[in-house]
Amino acid sequence: MTDSARSTHPDPARRRWMAVLARAEADRIAKLLAHCGNLPAHTIIRGPEGGLVMVRGRAGGGGSAFNLGEMTVTRCTVRTETGFIGHAYVAGREERRAELAALVDALMQDNDRNTEVETRVITPLERQQMERKAERASNAAATRVQFFAMQTMRT
Amino acid sequence: MSNDLSPAFADPIADAQSCFRSVLDAMARPGHRHATSGVSAPAPLCDAAAAVLLTLADHETPLWLDPAAADASVWITFHTGAPAAPPAQAMFAMALSLPDLTHLSVGTDETPETSATVILQVASLTTGQRYVLEGPGLREPKVVAIDGLPPDFAAIWQRNHAQYPLGVDLILCAGNQLTALPRSVSIKDA
Repeated sequence: MTDSARSTHPDPARRRWMAVLARAEADRIAKLLAHCGNLPAHTIIRGPEGGLVMVRGRAGGGGSAFNLGEMTVTRCTVRTETGFIGHAYVAGREERRAELAALVDALMQDNDRNTEVETRVITPLERQQMERKAERASNAAATRVQFFAMQTMRT
Repeated sequence: MSNDLSPAFADPIADAQSCFRSVLDAMARPGHRHATSGVSAPAPLCDAAAAVLLTLADHETPLWLDPAAADASVWITFHTGAPAAPPAQAMFAMALSLPDLTHLSVGTDETPETSATVILQVASLTTGQRYVLEGPGLREPKVVAIDGLPPDFAAIWQRNHAQYPLGVDLILCAGNQLTALPRSVSIKDA
């Protein structure tokens, strides 16, 4: 996703927390959610149900889009008794994960709970995901090959 | 997104299959009533109309929604994904009163199956004006009572029926009951 597309998103804050939730594991969300006190009851509007989405890719800056392949996605929509509707689309077939992510999305829209859920669920999940990404990046960086010889030959 | 979004079928696969069977039987035997179950419809739709929409409409079937039923449009779009379309391009029309059938697609000679199907919500399928149905699927003429059709419905219908094999099909819904009037059926006032 390019920076320009990112800035035109109608609700960048929601996009951020939905992205964090989409990458989080079910057990981890449930554990963090348990620290948030009494949660409103929720009913399921749709799902959780599995399906396929076509992942499209583009090679190089000028290449046209091609179908990379299909991946399984599980989606869920819930409504809390307080009237907030949360959606989630997560990779894979784990239904509990989609339901928990949808529930947290609904809670995050509630201004009375937003701050608490943000600090107790979203921030820790995001920090863990950043650390994992940084660790993978540093592991990969250790195996990086610098083609000094070829660079020297060209100059 | 509206905050009164409610669930669709309680058991999506079984309920949709059973409703599909009901619509199929209703089309095969015009005027016979079938009950639907498994969904509690958003206002102003009745349960049967909502069940038929959930069963038949999807993202590949452009839908024209009666402006009088606009309150249900969020629910319909969310659960079916059907794109909104003007009457002439719609494959399904969801109406609370009989729309002008001449504005709907009747199909073409090569593809008569591309005509529109009208899902019409009426007040009752057991009381009201009586009609005599005749045609394929009926061994002998069948008398039905329908409350909620315009007074000149028989004449309007005969103009649609005269275009056979082209023409629109009608699925009538009231409460949790449905019945169908395929284009092949001929209708007279009783």
